[in-house]
Amino acid sequence: MKKIKKTIPIYIMLLPGFLYLLINNYLPMGGLIIAFKDVKWNIGIWNSEWVGLANFEYLFKTPDAFNITRNTIVYNIVFILLNLVVALLYAVLLSEIKKKICVKIYQTVIMLPFMISMVIVSYLAYAFLAGDNGLFNGLLNNLGRDSISWYTEPKYWPVILVVINCWKSVGYGTVVYLSSILGVDQELYEAAAVDGISELQKIRYITLPMIKPTIITMMLLNVGRIFYSDFGLFYQVPMSSGALIDVTSTIDTYVYRGLITLGDVGMSSAAGFYQSIVGFILIVLANWFTNRYSKENALF
Amino acid sequence: MSTTNKKVQIIANLVMICATAFTVIPFLLLFAASLTDSTEIALNGYSFFPAKLSLEAYAYIWNEKQQIFRAYAITIFTTVVGTTVSLLITTLYAYALSKPSFIGKKFFSLFLLFTMLFNGGLVPTYTMYTRYLGIKNSIWALIVPSLLMSAMNVILVRSYIQNNIPLSLTEAAYIDGANEYRIFAQIVCPLSKPILVTIGLFIGVGYWNDWTNGLYYVTDNKLYSIQQLLNNMLKNIEYLSSNSAAMASTIIDVPKSTVRMAIAVVGILPILVIYPYVQKYFVKGIALGAVKG
Repeated sequence: MKKIKKTIPIYIMLLPGFLYLLINNYLPMGGLIIAFKDVKWNIGIWNSEWVGLANFEYLFKTPDAFNITRNTIVYNIVFILLNLVVALLYAVLLSEIKKKICVKIYQTVIMLPFMISMVIVSYLAYAFLAGDNGLFNGLLNNLGRDSISWYTEPKYWPVILVVINCWKSVGYGTVVYLSSILGVDQELYEAAAVDGISELQKIRYITLPMIKPTIITMMLLNVGRIFYSDFGLFYQVPMSSGALIDVTSTIDTYVYRGLITLGDVGMSSAAGFYQSIVGFILIVLANWFTNRYSKENALF
Repeated sequence: MSTTNKKVQIIANLVMICATAFTVIPFLLLFAASLTDSTEIALNGYSFFPAKLSLEAYAYIWNEKQQIFRAYAITIFTTVVGTTVSLLITTLYAYALSKPSFIGKKFFSLFLLFTMLFNGGLVPTYTMYTRYLGIKNSIWALIVPSLLMSAMNVILVRSYIQNNIPLSLTEAAYIDGANEYRIFAQIVCPLSKPILVTIGLFIGVGYWNDWTNGLYYVTDNKLYSIQQLLNNMLKNIEYLSSNSAAMASTIIDVPKSTVRMAIAVVGILPILVIYPYVQKYFVKGIALGAVKG
């Protein structure tokens, strides 16, 4: 009895967070049934007719389903690999630099884009890409070449999106890997220096093997989120241009367009359901691997 | 030995200078463009070294300041209220979970963790908030959905409490007659200050930069946050003037291409000013999050 009395304050402390998770996270999970209904808002979700898998049939009959899946996954793979290589390079170089003030300046600057919203990033991209007075077209004109209508030419966007993503998020990875490198036992390097090891060998045989757990953990975390995309990057930065939809449409932008712009709740909820389920499986798998590889980094 | 070392230093510094330049260049272009004379832009477009400078874009924005100040006020309000509430409920949940054992601990832990693995997605969330909770076009739409509490932050605070606040300390306070709420407020919160500052900054920046809640749930321009205002102006540059009452009488020519850049500068300036002071907490937070990811 005394024990229960002692526990009551604990439950009261848990209550606000519990209620928030219940409303913000758990109630919408129940709403996933929308994907199996022909929703008529005037009679409500419960009273709307069940249609089984009809919404999914429609979705997977369109070329959109393949397109958005491909875009989401392929962009993510490229982002993960490129960010890994560039962030590792930056981190290794920063760890080599002796002048601490320089390290601090470099690190502070390359992390800056991490603090900026995607709306601002869209403006920055616009300064380069604007059709009439963007920097790129100005340079092209100076070279005697015709302007390019960047916001309606799909072929450039895979590169543009990859560059912007790298610009925005490489600072994050750099900080993670740098802090991991700085945690490596310095005696290893001192012993290696006595043996007359070269700088490159030092990186290859000491630094990289020592931070491998961090690299793998970061990879697995990202792979677990491979079915999710940065809505801002794919929707805002291309200014939701219809001409670019083939190369900029991901599951997230598709769900948003379906729901808000087109009002096609059936397709949109089917795509969202597809994302939730496959995303769940991927996260669980990634976590299973993390658990086997380095237990302390696993979520559960 | 020392010559190779010197070489390494030079190469490393050179590469990092390029990396830094690559990061900064877009910002420089934005600033330069916002200060360019609009006739100059019509001739040569945006450039890093404008031939003719002008403050006309900023003068124009100053004329329309009411809307911008209002948007800033909304952003500041949501950031302050959101961050405060978020820190409070996060720390409460984390402290409770840091207790060694109580009935239901496993349930509350799993209840939290599961939200990191599975979510209903936009359609059900949007439907619930707009059709059942009537949050559309209210200030709560900018504060409550998705931003208020994240499982990751709870986990970070919980492990900080477990590793840094000895159980004997809170137990002793309990025996001395302090109740759980007092222990929380007077022992746990002060001792958790480092982690609270770190995650508080992440939460704060999250609120400051958030534009998706505005996009989903707000159509009333009185409730536009600064991000949403910027977002609308990128799509429709006449947005400011079309909303000003003076518009009808004095149709001034909008220096469109420079105003667009100037408004973006107005949007980032606060972040740029505050960033150097807080960046060390970010580095700490990122390193922490990655370790306990």
